[in-house]
Amino acid sequence: MNPMNYVVLSALLFTIGSLGVLVRRNAIVVFMSVELMLNAANLAFVSFARMNGNLDGQVVAFFVMVVAAAEVVVGLAIIVTIFRTRRSASIDEPNLLKY
Amino acid sequence: MAPLADTVTDVNTGEQVVFWVTAILAVAGALGMILSRKAVHSALWIALTMINLAILYIANSAPFLGMVQIIVYTGAVMMLFLFVLMVVGVDSSDSLIETIKGQRLAAILLGLGMGILLVWGIGNALVESPSVGLTAANEEFGGNVEGIANLIFTRYLLVFELTSALLITAAMGAMVLAHRDRWKPLPSQRDLSLARFRSGQHPGNLPNPGVYARHNAVDTPALLPDGGTSDISVPAPVRARGDERPLDRVDIDEVRQISEGESDLPEGSKE
Repeated sequence: MNPMNYVVLSALLFTIGSLGVLVRRNAIVVFMSVELMLNAANLAFVSFARMNGNLDGQVVAFFVMVVAAAEVVVGLAIIVTIFRTRRSASIDEPNLLKY
Repeated sequence: MAPLADTVTDVNTGEQVVFWVTAILAVAGALGMILSRKAVHSALWIALTMINLAILYIANSAPFLGMVQIIVYTGAVMMLFLFVLMVVGVDSSDSLIETIKGQRLAAILLGLGMGILLVWGIGNALVESPSVGLTAANEEFGGNVEGIANLIFTRYLLVFELTSALLITAAMGAMVLAHRDRWKPLPSQRDLSLARFRSGQHPGNLPNPGVYARHNAVDTPALLPDGGTSDISVPAPVRARGDERPLDRVDIDEVRQISEGESDLPEGSKE
């Protein structure tokens, strides 16, 4: 086994996350799937850092975590605001915005 | 920088065991997240995935990122998700009606296609690539944390500063989005007091249960000045069950006789 297995695992997790984004309707679950995709990318960064023998990949993964935390805060606030006006967390509902 | 390793792998047997156990658990958590109907179950499944990813980071000689993963993701982000789930309603589950025909099938096919493409493509392209390992890079400044700190505060300093702007903007954005204008002015203490008296209900504490020589439990009604009993002195559940203790009139009659001087008690005890 070589560290490529980590990258393959991260590709697998990324695929599952993108499937979740496409299939699920609950906005919060869609959001969790996006988080999973970010985490999969982080795993790839960390294992590439190890394969290349320098720490840059880990620093990038760290910044990805920061961005993900900010994104979660704003995204969840948007979900709560939409839920307040529409009484629903389904992502099919806000398409009424276009009418 | 670091010398190339002799072999393409620097993974020992212990790490292999850790990898296979945590990889299976992480994939199981991810699948559980997209397959469970309830959002709370999804949150718990993805928390499992995050913890296993933290273990994988540590196995990849990134102990700092592993700890940050546990603190930030499982500690903060997932708890934030659970808070929002509590606000939005725990039992909100997905509707099964497809608004776009064939969307689910197409999504599954595309997802499988992408998975095969990524795994097969990356696997074939990089499977022979050597792994240098981070031992040298970690020891350059005395440890993993020191190495990352060195990079953050030299090469990535501008990114780091921009990160602080991003975090402040995100906090402001969350406050603005979650803020709700008040429709009515905040009621003052005087308003609350007036409303309490206007409501017609008992404004203060309800009367205590009766205290007698032989009984003072909550099921004993208190005496009113006219000799009757007060219903509201007994808690409503006790009343509803019919457990109210009937008043022992003997006590009261004795007291009345004594006070009115017509007691038939023995002569010796009267003085």
